[in-house]
Amino acid sequence: MKLTLKILLLLAINFGLIQAKDVTVHQGESIKIAVQNCAAGDRIIVKEGLYKESEILINKPIELIGEGYPVIDGLAKGEIIVIRSDSVTIKGFYINNSGYSGMKDYAAIRVENSNHCTIQANRLINNYFGIYLANCKECTILYNEASSNAVSESSSGNGIHLWKCSGITVSNNTVTKHRDGIYFEFVTGSIVKNNSTFKNVRYGLHFMFSNNCDYENNVFSQNGAGVAVMYTKHVKMLNNRFENNWGANSYGLLLKDITDSYIYNNKFTANTVGIYSEGGTRINIDRNTFTANGYACKILGNCTEDTIRDNNFFINTFDITTNSSRNANLFTGNYWDKYSGYDMNKDGTGDVPYRPVSLFSKIVEETPEAIFLLRSFIVDILDAAEKVVPVFIPESLIDEKPRMKKVE
Amino acid sequence: MTTLKILKYVVYDMLRSRMIIIYTALLFLVSFGIIYTGKDVSKAVISLLNVVLLIVPLVSIIFGTIHFYNSREFMEMVLAMPVERKHIFWAEYAGLSLTLAAGFTLGTGLPLLIYGGADGAIYLLLSGVLLTFIFCGLAFLGSVINKDKAKGIGFSLVVWFYMAVIFDALVLAGYFAFSQYPLEKATIIVSALNPVDLARIFILLKMDVSALMGYTGASLQQFFGSWFGMMYSGIFLLLWAVLPALAALRIFNRKNF
Repeated sequence: MKLTLKILLLLAINFGLIQAKDVTVHQGESIKIAVQNCAAGDRIIVKEGLYKESEILINKPIELIGEGYPVIDGLAKGEIIVIRSDSVTIKGFYINNSGYSGMKDYAAIRVENSNHCTIQANRLINNYFGIYLANCKECTILYNEASSNAVSESSSGNGIHLWKCSGITVSNNTVTKHRDGIYFEFVTGSIVKNNSTFKNVRYGLHFMFSNNCDYENNVFSQNGAGVAVMYTKHVKMLNNRFENNWGANSYGLLLKDITDSYIYNNKFTANTVGIYSEGGTRINIDRNTFTANGYACKILGNCTEDTIRDNNFFINTFDITTNSSRNANLFTGNYWDKYSGYDMNKDGTGDVPYRPVSLFSKIVEETPEAIFLLRSFIVDILDAAEKVVPVFIPESLIDEKPRMKKVE
Repeated sequence: MTTLKILKYVVYDMLRSRMIIIYTALLFLVSFGIIYTGKDVSKAVISLLNVVLLIVPLVSIIFGTIHFYNSREFMEMVLAMPVERKHIFWAEYAGLSLTLAAGFTLGTGLPLLIYGGADGAIYLLLSGVLLTFIFCGLAFLGSVINKDKAKGIGFSLVVWFYMAVIFDALVLAGYFAFSQYPLEKATIIVSALNPVDLARIFILLKMDVSALMGYTGASLQQFFGSWFGMMYSGIFLLLWAVLPALAALRIFNRKNF
């Protein structure tokens, strides 16, 4: 029914039955009134200036275009723009000061029960939530900047928040100083690419129950707790960068109950923990580069059938740690900078297997203060001895085919 | 003035023995080799850490001890002149430590400089120089206590072995024994008892920060990463350089030649 209406509408516009027109709004006039008075398919052009408005409700398919970044100041009262119609475009606004409430998630731009909307090139400054999509399909969010002034997790909102959506594209956005940079809950079949989230108080990217989503070429850096993803199947993460997530509870990438997923060609640099995996099943971790992390990977004992293949490990304090004496995952063909074996037949694969878990990492796990002895001579001796005859480290956690040269 | 005059002869004597040149060349080759094959300067600095923490103390303490016994005749000759003993002692100490430190700085610093240096490089060099002074002081202390040369060298070896290996093993055993107790403060206090550990923490905090920043070492990082912590490790390293030398001087002043 909805589709028929849409087609009719499109036809009507094409044949000039409904005359789509441009409406211009100048400073001193009201965007809200312009939106109320316009017809479906119109284009409202808002000129440069300051507009002190909130609760602008858009319930028909229109284009709202800002020229020269007009400022919409919500004066800390409720939502600023609410979209309850399909095919709405919001482009080129500077939107600041949404309301704050402990009860409602006020957002600068909220889209509800709508499809095919586009939110493009807006600057969202000092809002509670930036862009909030609830129950939407096939929408596009691109080239937006969201920046807030979050201090604590409980009093701040997310930059880009999606709930129960599908087929959404989130690309080329920048989110900083919110609670979570990008937050997905019950989102399926969506693409997140070329975004950058940094200095958010909680997670750079956070998703739960969001199956079949792709994450490509994003940069997540200096977020309070890095990136955390949970309870999801069929995740694809390609070419992302996870950087400088330092702190007691900070992770480059935290995987909690992630199944059948693919983590390929990402760079993990200078994180306290590169990948922390709890309950990960059938995850392929391929061709990633781990550089200068405290722990490159923490793979807990409840992870099964994961494959860690063709990755590079450079100057990490600890390469792999685990809390179990058994191992149900496959480690093969990785490059370990600490590997000291040889390659007699010159096939590029070391002839001696490599054990990436060190005894010292187990000691530190039990007595954290023992980190004091990091790189002490006695610790090196103990590690070397343990690698020859493993007693404490999981005997089957072993890379049978360590590479001699790094993976390009 | 007198000290400087004698110092000149000590340095001249050191250079003539060629040991110092071999030491410098060896360090240069090792450092150059590590950096060249590693291709990554910051990783090389970590490898060089072992050189600084093991080789530098060993060479300083053994060479210092041998030097002291070999200079015995020279010292006796100078003592026959109207020169205060402390001048002779300080000249010997400064001559030895300065030449060894210069050799170390040249041998290790030059390759690092050629390859553009790394974050921790300056701390590595600084710690190496301090360790040279510390272990030269310990060498002199061992030498003035023991009249016999073989005994003196044995003493030095034990001191080195204790500082480089046994101390850490004891600390590790301590961690196991008292793992139920909060150990952060104890760790900070214990660290002051061994200059090698102090130097290691001093360098590592500039390089392995990510690990020390983690939940494991958060409190250690907070302490040693702060200005107070830097002062703490710096002051204790200086004390380690001065106190053994002063003790050695006290004994040297009363010694019967």
